Amino acid sequence: MLPTLSKLDCMLTEPKFRAAIVEMLRRAETALPEDIVRALKRSRGRERGRIARLQLDCMLKNLELAKRLGAPICQDTGTFTFFIRLGSELKLNFDLKKALDKAVAQATREVPLRANIVDPFTRKNTGTNVGIEQPSVHLELIPGKKLSIDLLVKGAGAENWSRFFMLRPADGGKAIERAVLLTLVEAGGQPCPPTIVGVGVGGSAEVAPVLAKRALLRSLDRPNPDAGLARLERRIAQAANRLGIGPMGLGGQTTVLGVHVEKAACHTASLPVAVALQCWAARRARARLLNGRLRVEAP
Amino acid sequence: MINLNPPLSGRDVKKLRAGELVKINGRIVTARDRAYLRALELLRAGKRLPLDLRGAVIYHCGPIVRKTPRSWQILSGGPTTSARLDRMQAEFVRRTGVRVLIGKGGIGEEVAAELARLGCVYLAFTGGAAVLAAQAIERVERVLWRDLGTAEALWVLRVLNFGPLVVAIDTKGNNLYIHQKRWGK
Repeated sequence: MLPTLSKLDCMLTEPKFRAAIVEMLRRAETALPEDIVRALKRSRGRERGRIARLQLDCMLKNLELAKRLGAPICQDTGTFTFFIRLGSELKLNFDLKKALDKAVAQATREVPLRANIVDPFTRKNTGTNVGIEQPSVHLELIPGKKLSIDLLVKGAGAENWSRFFMLRPADGGKAIERAVLLTLVEAGGQPCPPTIVGVGVGGSAEVAPVLAKRALLRSLDRPNPDAGLARLERRIAQAANRLGIGPMGLGGQTTVLGVHVEKAACHTASLPVAVALQCWAARRARARLLNGRLRVEAP
Repeated sequence: MINLNPPLSGRDVKKLRAGELVKINGRIVTARDRAYLRALELLRAGKRLPLDLRGAVIYHCGPIVRKTPRSWQILSGGPTTSARLDRMQAEFVRRTGVRVLIGKGGIGEEVAAELARLGCVYLAFTGGAAVLAAQAIERVERVLWRDLGTAEALWVLRVLNFGPLVVAIDTKGNNLYIHQKRWGK
């Protein structure tokens, strides 16, 4: 009974945890999830322009090469955000944050990844991709003994076009659509379209941007389970693909691969909206604790 | 596909038209934010750069590299966002004599007009296609200013059929990025 359960907890040791995180980083950086590859191929079939097609062909060819050679898809191996759901009854006999830091430094050496993390003032590079608040960790406590980890990898090209809007509550859905389109038009080809658009609606000035990022983890095959939000997602995606920005901003019909909206309750006098863009190289991975082992699931 | 062999003359690049496809054979040099800054500091002070960039091809790129016994290998080396360098772009091209910029995402319209006057074209390489780019890099000839960091150093690369590159901004004022401005208020 009890002894068996605590034994189960202890099966996840620090070295095993770290190895799983390194594996997650390696897989996320060298291969894209199936839903993204399928969406790129669908876009390639739809585009009629010679240059738009060429851009998508280069993307798909690059994915094949990266997978075959085990090399990072993009030289901007980005920054890392971990969304962790931790069962409040699960006992870990190691320091989770330290283990993540060590795994990131190890993956940076071994894959190898580009060292991107610098001090914001001196611009001095830490050399390990670890720094103050890097990697970024969002911890959610859930009941029981479960553990799941989602990793979002984000390059600066897309990250630099993140936007935050404080809209008027009376403006509603139309204003949200406008905010997204404004972001996309300003960004043009710079965030490496076709992008995935994460939209965080509600919450507050610190909640909405986290929602927007978490929305980027959702598979392109899964619209929001809320029918109204799914409609909004579809409507914004259709409007975005009429902008003409196209693959890499060189013109075309595919400006976004999808729009994901997530919501949180907010103050009656506020309508915070955050927009996070993810480049076509939409790198993500997931790991789940199963029978005492942390299994890396995707891609 | 048009083949370009740097160093290039003004005549070589003035023939190029937006929408044409190009590949490069020969030498290209990576440079981004900090390399631009240092180059401009030196040139403004009347000093010379450690390499001659007249007629050169500049590649906006911060690669992932691996040390080999005798040199370096570029593992992943796609283009970075060119517009980040916009404030320095025209002065950099004017002072160095560079003829081609390769990057992704385009450059500002005003900067584009200045580059056209200076006889410099902008070629787009597919963003994120970093392994595809690395495959066309035959070898690393030299690396300069390594103290700026791997991503910011000047990597002097010998490339073979580097492309496909799209002429995105030519010297006649054609700009493939313009369409995105049409969405009104």
